[in-house]
Amino acid sequence: MKKALIPILIIAVIGIFMYTKAVGVYNMFVQNEETINGQWAEVETQYQRRADLIPNLVNTVKGYADFEQETLTGVIEARAKATSININANDLSPDKIAQFQEAQDQLSGALSRLLVTVERYPDLKANQNFLELQAQLEGTENRIAVARRNFNQSVQAYNSDLRKFPNNLFAGWYGFETKGYFEAAAGSENAPTVQF
Amino acid sequence: MIYRYSLSLLLLLFLTGNMAAQGDFPAVPNPPRLVNDFTNTLSSGEVASLESKLVAYNDSTSTQVTIVMIRSIGPYDISDYTFQLGEKWGIGQAKLDNGVLILAAMDDRKVFIATGYGMEGVLPDILAKRIVDQLIVPNFKMEAYYEGLDKATDMIFKLASGEYEAEKMTSTGEHGGAIVFFLFFIFIFVILPLIKNRKDNDNHMGGKGGGIDLFTSIMLANMLKGGGKGKFGDFSSGRGGFGGGGGGFGGFGGGSFGGGGAGGSW
Repeated sequence: MKKALIPILIIAVIGIFMYTKAVGVYNMFVQNEETINGQWAEVETQYQRRADLIPNLVNTVKGYADFEQETLTGVIEARAKATSININANDLSPDKIAQFQEAQDQLSGALSRLLVTVERYPDLKANQNFLELQAQLEGTENRIAVARRNFNQSVQAYNSDLRKFPNNLFAGWYGFETKGYFEAAAGSENAPTVQF
Repeated sequence: MIYRYSLSLLLLLFLTGNMAAQGDFPAVPNPPRLVNDFTNTLSSGEVASLESKLVAYNDSTSTQVTIVMIRSIGPYDISDYTFQLGEKWGIGQAKLDNGVLILAAMDDRKVFIATGYGMEGVLPDILAKRIVDQLIVPNFKMEAYYEGLDKATDMIFKLASGEYEAEKMTSTGEHGGAIVFFLFFIFIFVILPLIKNRKDNDNHMGGKGGGIDLFTSIMLANMLKGGGKGKFGDFSSGRGGFGGGGGGFGGFGGGSFGGGGAGGSW
């Protein structure tokens, strides 16, 4: 009778240990995931803010009759494409993030082409309205950069936690998956830096 | 022998390489200061005058306007560098995020004003841009660094006036609080002893002294309780502000930067 007690005790202790460990890991992942969701919302907000500025910018530039239509339509199309891609915070898979980033980077490229073209229109460049829009656009790009960096840092910490032993076992049970983050702009070699 | 040499050389390289990577951002100065001229561009008198101005503003509003002047930001983007430095130092109060960092990279001839989350409302990017373009850049071009910074900070104060107040002022009933406290004191010191003394007179034990001792302890306990409850929080933080005024800048509060601000080059 007493002999049977010892293995039962050992199993119970191991069971309790496993249980607390599993609960702890689960809660940690839930918390980290919520942080990431919050930061993702910030990233989306800032990109949305940029998208909202573009119609004003386009209208201001349109006023200059001889302005190159090609550049303008490029921006409008890229904006439409970028705003059509929305990612649910519950599904931040690497593929989705890469898709989102690609569309946004195209818009960045089109925008910087527009700003370079503006250099050829001295009247427009001196337009107060345009200058203010440009400053707002710059500020939004800065905010995007900060939001992206914060998001990336959290995702990297989360991903490395997820892949470490023994968390990877628990994560498999619970269905936590690695999340995607922003690569250092894949298309940045194409994004025109100001050339003269 | 050669082996050992090369090993130590390698070690040295490794260590210095590591240090350079960490040294991209200067550590928080100790004791903390609001004006940090690492380039010795400003005279000590100019630094002191800016410092006292910014410290006084911090004391009255809790808004931390900080100036940092460094040689070069290297490969960094000026905006990116400024946000990261502001975040690392924690400029502004943690809850309000009311920090402003003016960073000038002297050799790069670039300047940036970064605004904390809480300052983006009073100092939107467009106004930061104007401060840079109209106040800082023209003065910096003439090497009038002090004038540029002086005017820029004055303008920031003007724009931000009334947005934040140091904590002691956040409760509207500042005077009301003082009156309540005064009445409380009168109650403890005058009325309660009177009541107690009347009681004491009944037992002819000469226990008057003991009575006061008891009351002192009750009073102390009450004062402690009052402070802890936060009902008199305005009073205690007022004291804190006073101390700060006498002893200089008390330190950064842990504020955060979200990418607000604007910059330029001269």
